[in-house]
Amino acid sequence: MASLTLYPAEERLEGGSRVTFDLYMITAVTLFVVMMLIGLTMRMTQATWLNVNPALFYRLLSMHGAGMVGTASIATTAVMWFFLRKYVGLHLWAFVANYVLFMLGALCVIVSIFFGGYGALWTFLYPLPVHGMGLWSNNASALFLVGYLLIGVGSLVFYLDAAAAIIKVYGNLGRGLGLQWLFGGEINPDHPKAVVASSMVIIANSLGILAGSVVLVMNLVNIYYPQITLNALFAKNLTYWFGHMYINATIYMGVMAVYELLPRYTGRPYPISRPFIWSWAASCLFVIVVYPHHLMIDFAQPRWLTIMGQVVSWSAGFPVFCVTAYGAMTNIHRSGIRWTMPSRLMALSMFGWAAGIVPAILDGTVRNNLVMHNTQWVPGHFHFYLLLGVLSMVLALIYHVLGNRANAVPNSGLDRTGFFVYLIGGLIFTLAFLSAGHQSVARRMATHLPEWTLTDKVGSVGATLVVLGMLYYAIRIIVGLLGRPVVIDTSHAHPADTAG
Amino acid sequence: MNLQDKIYIIALAGMGLIALLFIYVLANAGRPLREEEKAGSMGIAYRMRTWLFVILLVIFFVGTWGTLWHYPIPPQHVALNPPQVVNVTGRMWSWQIEPPTVHAGSDVEFRVSSSDVNHGFAIYGPDGRIVAQVQAMPGYTNKLLHNFDKPGTYTARCLEFCGLAHAQMAAPIQVVASKGE
Ligand code: HEM
Ligand SMILES: [Cu+2]
Repeated sequence: MASLTLYPAEERLEGGSRVTFDLYMITAVTLFVVMMLIGLTMRMTQATWLNVNPALFYRLLSMHGAGMVGTASIATTAVMWFFLRKYVGLHLWAFVANYVLFMLGALCVIVSIFFGGYGALWTFLYPLPVHGMGLWSNNASALFLVGYLLIGVGSLVFYLDAAAAIIKVYGNLGRGLGLQWLFGGEINPDHPKAVVASSMVIIANSLGILAGSVVLVMNLVNIYYPQITLNALFAKNLTYWFGHMYINATIYMGVMAVYELLPRYTGRPYPISRPFIWSWAASCLFVIVVYPHHLMIDFAQPRWLTIMGQVVSWSAGFPVFCVTAYGAMTNIHRSGIRWTMPSRLMALSMFGWAAGIVPAILDGTVRNNLVMHNTQWVPGHFHFYLLLGVLSMVLALIYHVLGNRANAVPNSGLDRTGFFVYLIGGLIFTLAFLSAGHQSVARRMATHLPEWTLTDKVGSVGATLVVLGMLYYAIRIIVGLLGRPVVIDTSHAHPADTAG
Repeated sequence: MNLQDKIYIIALAGMGLIALLFIYVLANAGRPLREEEKAGSMGIAYRMRTWLFVILLVIFFVGTWGTLWHYPIPPQHVALNPPQVVNVTGRMWSWQIEPPTVHAGSDVEFRVSSSDVNHGFAIYGPDGRIVAQVQAMPGYTNKLLHNFDKPGTYTARCLEFCGLAHAQMAAPIQVVASKGE
């Protein structure tokens, strides 16, 4: 059972670990701010408040998509590393290598977009990368794809090291996942949830990255040997298999922060259980086979795949509603918790995930997809659980670490203001997207019809608030991680917070 | 009420319900359980979870059955023999729609393909809402079946990002009153 000590000794960050963790998180919050500013620029362009030409708009969209997915991934990788290293022997070099490869890959992506003009979006859907029509060259596309490969290799290095470490302690990944307890046997109450979640992420995301590597290399071959063409449907299947898993893995990595930290703040144990094991085993399977919901209106797709996409999308709600969100709520319910930044962010992250999945499931229904596909309903639902869900998980861990460094749980008035600005802005911003999707406003368009701009304007206002909130967080976090001791309002930090 | 309206209402209701449950729990979180409440609380939580599971299971089966029973996508490998056929080809950045005029009240089969990259063939109604859509993928011809219930000027818009002029890739489809009227 995870300890209820707020800052256990084995979590202490020292020397190289501390530098690396700080580097990850400072990079992440900085990139989040930059990518959000790019997002705001796009939203205000759609609202006709800014004038960005379409060529630049699609570059910005490519940058925002790839940049956000990548940043969410490294930030949540740091969450996974932070907790997993307590239970198994991770090598710091693998964690560092992931960072270095990510930065190299990011550099390729940035050069490809802003110097090579690449604008075929983060999904590089074949054969668009080789149809630049004068806007981008094949070489720019190749550089973009190579950047992805570097980032993917970085993730794989980290996962392989983690897999080896888990296998060393638990025998194999299945036992890390707790499969031996699915149908009986006494569950070891000390089996860490972080090991369960990590095993799942390693299995699923490694598969996704391998599929991604195949389609990336196939695209590269096609760029330089155009006589070798790909089957567009097959390429799309691989691309979405990879893309879906890569972005979803960020939720599964991020949620470890809630599993580990929430009981320390509520002061109530949050034990592992058979439903928990089931939900992670099921999620592992679901996340691997759910991707066909991206190809529902590709009528050429075999029908069984499309039906599977719907059935699994719906099924994926069970683990979230019945285990993760419900479990977190029972842990919080009348626990006597005193709200501070980490706990507040954790509660928000659970809400973001649970509520965001509702429009996701609706869109993952064939019949609905026929009218909602590629409308702004899609960015509506995923911004909901990425912006309110995943980012809050990451921020919760960072604030927790800040508390440790400052020796007081962060909860200043400014922190709370930042939180509410971000929350209100996030709700306005995401609901504006959903409302636009309801009105059939298309996604991924640089210019909108006049009747579409109302939701664009409302969304821009919400986005501005989000950017302000995130900007505050970023400054607060960078100052807090670099400087020490941190001066904060200690009047709110009460010994009861250290739920011991 | 069109399908979009229904989806929107269900989504807002679902998200609103979750928000209310969260608010309820979070608002009471600071008030610890009294000693005498502690013993029973775990049991209540487990029973409620069982109920939640059962309710979701019912929604799952009813919803899956209800939305898939009449499968909304026509079979692709058999002749559909509809009264009207329209050939659609997407290219960067225009639509070729042959013929561009159809009759309301009887099935139209759209045979949709692309001659370069992926496009999305979405039909917007006169009210600005999508009535049906299908991907236009190079190397494939997707068959979309639609029965227009109202005459008017519809618009085909590209809904799969296809480069610089993607947002301008639109073309009219005229739907005239059914032949019998
Ligand atoms: C202030 C915060 C943000 C703003 C203003 C913003 C804005 C936008 C806009 C305007 C789009 C294009 C919508 C369209 O298709 O019409 C977009 C797409 C996207 N955003 Fe964000 N966003 C924000 C935060 C985030 C976060 C936190 C993430 C992920 C962690 C994220 C990931 C994405 C992705 C993956 C896409 C899809 C790109 C594509 O269609 O190729 N965004 N965002
Ligand atoms: Cu297009």
